[in-house]
Amino acid sequence: MKNKKDLNIYIDLFITFFKLGLFTIGGGMAMIPILEDIVVRKKKWLTLDEATDCIAISQSLPGVIAINMATYVGRFKKGLRGSIVATIGVIIPSFIAIILIATILSDIRDNTYVNGAFIGLKAAAVGMIIWAVIKIGKGIFNDVMSWIIGIASFVAIWIFNVNVIYVVITTSLIGVAYIKISERGKVK
Amino acid sequence: MTIYLKLFLIFSRIGLFGFGGGMAMLPLMFQGISYFNLMTQEEFADLVAVSQITPGPIAVNAATYVGFSVSGIAGAFVATLGVAIPAFVLVNIVFEFVKRFRESALVKGIFKGVRPATVAMIAVAAIIMGESTFILDYTPQWIPIVMCATSVFVVGKLKLSPILVFAIMGGIGVIVCG
Repeated sequence: MKNKKDLNIYIDLFITFFKLGLFTIGGGMAMIPILEDIVVRKKKWLTLDEATDCIAISQSLPGVIAINMATYVGRFKKGLRGSIVATIGVIIPSFIAIILIATILSDIRDNTYVNGAFIGLKAAAVGMIIWAVIKIGKGIFNDVMSWIIGIASFVAIWIFNVNVIYVVITTSLIGVAYIKISERGKVK
Repeated sequence: MTIYLKLFLIFSRIGLFGFGGGMAMLPLMFQGISYFNLMTQEEFADLVAVSQITPGPIAVNAATYVGFSVSGIAGAFVATLGVAIPAFVLVNIVFEFVKRFRESALVKGIFKGVRPATVAMIAVAAIIMGESTFILDYTPQWIPIVMCATSVFVVGKLKLSPILVFAIMGGIGVIVCG
């Protein structure tokens, strides 16, 4: 009985990340709203906070963001085997789609309908990423410190083009210092 | 060196050193491909275009594409495996670390600092994607802007599934912009 239940979870992980791979167009960021919708809201595998941690880790580690997220969620839900199943799931749609497309590339490359579809898809992706900012931001920006870090990071990355790795390192150090200081305050 | 080993080396290096998602990895990928003389620059430009408009993470698409065009299905498999393995191993290690020290001040502090930064990164991604969608791609620009605003509304307020919204907006794009 337990084995059957386990098997179902593996299948569920595979199908979920297969879907995520299939509908991620234009990179890992576009995956975030779908991840939030399926993994947090529908499946309740992670809380919104845990999903934010997953996104933070996936972005600060090297490697493909989508694979990082799949490995993380799979590991969270069902250990090492879960992470293997989720990772394979997220890769397979790309693998199949590319092999199909590489074979018929020359025929569809300049097709205006294909172009039109992608304008629509990209516009929708931007809209969903904006919604992800609003939704995740609501849970996090609940004190002055978070606002300062958030705005400073935005300015650093967007205006000054600072490498994301440095932003992650700096904000981690600030966060650790902040927690240490506020804990010391409590003891007194 | 066999072609499979070359492919694996190029793409595992990308998986290991590529920070910041697919687009940021492309220069690294091009260096590896030129080093082993696997593709011309023109072929590489094709590869980038295809990877962007195909479902799936850009780096995985690119790995599959290069592997496939260099040496068929087996090549595609080896390159894709190469790009996935470093991420897979690293995330598993970091996950274990975070789980073990979740209640420590160190991990709490790190997340306290990194979470707001993550929101900032997602906001920057929205701007980068927005620029390429609203400014470079298409005139009149108000059409994708309206589609974008509608997507925020239907996903945020009406709670429609993002996948459904992608399908609808893709369909509208074909009709209106095609």
